[in-house]
Amino acid sequence: MIVIAVIVVVIIGLVCAVMLSVASKFMAVEVDERVPLVRECLPGANCGGCGYPGCDGYAAALVEDPDLPLTLCPPGGAAVVEKLSAVLGRSGGEIEAKVAHVRCGGVCGATNAKMDYQGISSCSAAKLLFGGTGKCVYGCMGLGDCAAVCPSDAVCIENGIAHIDARSCTGCAACVKACPSGIIELVPAAAKVTVDCSSREKGAATRKNCTAGCIGCKLCEKNCPQGAITVVDNLASIDYDKCDGCGKCASVCKPGCIIAG
Amino acid sequence: MIELVSIIMTAVLVNNYVLSQFLGICPFLGVSKKLDQAFGMSVAVIFVMVIATAVTWPIQTYVLDRNDLGYLQTIVFILVIASLVQLVEIVLHKYIPALHASLGVYLPLITTNCAVLGCCITNIDEGYTFVQAIFNAFGSGLGFMLAMVLFAGVRSRTESCNCPECFKGIPVTLLAASIVSLSFMGFSGVVEGLLG
Repeated sequence: MIVIAVIVVVIIGLVCAVMLSVASKFMAVEVDERVPLVRECLPGANCGGCGYPGCDGYAAALVEDPDLPLTLCPPGGAAVVEKLSAVLGRSGGEIEAKVAHVRCGGVCGATNAKMDYQGISSCSAAKLLFGGTGKCVYGCMGLGDCAAVCPSDAVCIENGIAHIDARSCTGCAACVKACPSGIIELVPAAAKVTVDCSSREKGAATRKNCTAGCIGCKLCEKNCPQGAITVVDNLASIDYDKCDGCGKCASVCKPGCIIAG
Repeated sequence: MIELVSIIMTAVLVNNYVLSQFLGICPFLGVSKKLDQAFGMSVAVIFVMVIATAVTWPIQTYVLDRNDLGYLQTIVFILVIASLVQLVEIVLHKYIPALHASLGVYLPLITTNCAVLGCCITNIDEGYTFVQAIFNAFGSGLGFMLAMVLFAGVRSRTESCNCPECFKGIPVTLLAASIVSLSFMGFSGVVEGLLG
């Protein structure tokens, strides 16, 4: 009796085993063996900074498309480009490390809220109400949409506005996409001078809203020895290809919205 | 025909695997956080339940019962279902990669799902014919989907609600699950009343 039971189970097990092994042999899907190797090189943060769905997506795309640049991974930086070019056998090119920077200096003392916002604690929700909670519609509201999406915990809300720790930031640009006011930008990690304001309003209007706002006086533009600063739409912006970080602009800036670090 | 409709209705509402018989609780609590994941998992479960029934019913009827080996049911079914799911995964990966990608990790997850095993065993215990068994499997899968989708909705509310600190996370989820389950108890007798 027990012999029959054993035989039946063994036969069923054997049939299943044979079926599976035959199937795995004949229906194996050819996966390019370089895909897992490439995937190994990537940091695995799945931040989406490359524009593909996660590191797996970028690895598959890299193997498939021989013209795809190797430099799309911001968290990986130059080290990953080097590893990738070794695996894929093509040159990677130069990559410049970038970090995200919040272009707003509207801390609690410098500007005020224009309303007592009690809605959902999210910048994108608050932005829908009269352009945001702050007096300046270009300002950081400090509700932390950027902090919520940051995969490396580099954002903290301090004194009413978001700050990004350049040492933790990998430059994946998740916060740049998340900010409804569009005031976070990527700057070179080596940048010594930043403009901490995004206000495109005229000088008088900006000054009324915030004491730390760029009033478009062009003093920085006139005083920059490298000609790296231009004032467009009442707002100074720095061309980091020309800027040598002398800090002259920061010393002449009256509202103090250009910061030399 | 009415009998088949009655079987499906009973499997979906009255004998709902998750909410009335408490089978398959693991994916019910684990994968119900997001609606699209809950839906993907449920589709995979329906698929596997029907296929598993189509294979286990003949094995029970023509192999085990013929040789008086009914007591081997559980072990043989587990063996067959596990290898079947693996086989289905290989076949899908080869021929329908899009479906494979959308079912994704859920297929191997349900290899050892007790709802699938429970469904196959119920089909035998109830003495269903092959067609009835297939319909019952399909209905059970639909019931699983109903429970998952309903609970994903409930869960999105409990996640955002402002409940006491000690209830946050699993406790409030379990409480919500018990209330949803309680509401399904109200269906008992409904189908018999409707379809005679």
